[in-house]
Amino acid sequence: MARSLKKGPYVYHKLLQKVERAKAGNKKTVIKTWSRSSMVIPDMVGETIAVHNGKTFVPVFITENMVGHKLGEFSPTRNFRGHAGNRKR
Amino acid sequence: MARIAGIDLPRSKRGVIGLTYIFGIGKSRAGEILAKAGIDEHTKVEDWTDENVRSISSIIQDDFTVEGELRSEVQLNIKRLMDIASYRGLRHRRGLPVRGQRTKTNARTRKGRRKTVANKKKATK
Repeated sequence: MARSLKKGPYVYHKLLQKVERAKAGNKKTVIKTWSRSSMVIPDMVGETIAVHNGKTFVPVFITENMVGHKLGEFSPTRNFRGHAGNRKR
Repeated sequence: MARIAGIDLPRSKRGVIGLTYIFGIGKSRAGEILAKAGIDEHTKVEDWTDENVRSISSIIQDDFTVEGELRSEVQLNIKRLMDIASYRGLRHRRGLPVRGQRTKTNARTRKGRRKTVANKKKATK
């Protein structure tokens, strides 16, 4: 079920602070976050956010198209390497 | 003979059903369209007058995206998902189910015909 519009998009408040600081600082810094459930908001466009996938931080460069998706969608939690004995590819 | 939204001409069916032959129109939309055009749902497609046909096609043109246009829109949405490398896009690329269904069994619609791997009975090597 979709989130109530009244509440607006969910962004972890500390991540929001970090994004604001990065925007103000004007330096290209990578923002680390564990908050996979945070929504990508327009303020984040152009930033690189390292999203934790349970093991490592996956750097995600935010583009306009990504707005409205959740950060976790860009940081896969599973790594399928293929089946044993499947030498092709 | 009714020719609406390009290539479609279903005949000898009730109006509501006939319209569902158009890609992008199901029963509820078909009902909406006919209500708006003031045509009874039960009139057969072949019994529509030219006037009816014209009003129906104009309603479809104005209010809905159908057929080719709709198909390309869907493709574009999928392409967007693939370009931004989101989880759903990756699933589309791999030809696996997108919405979290199980893949241990089933999922044949997305994966296609079963490809038998490993022949376990014969222990060659």
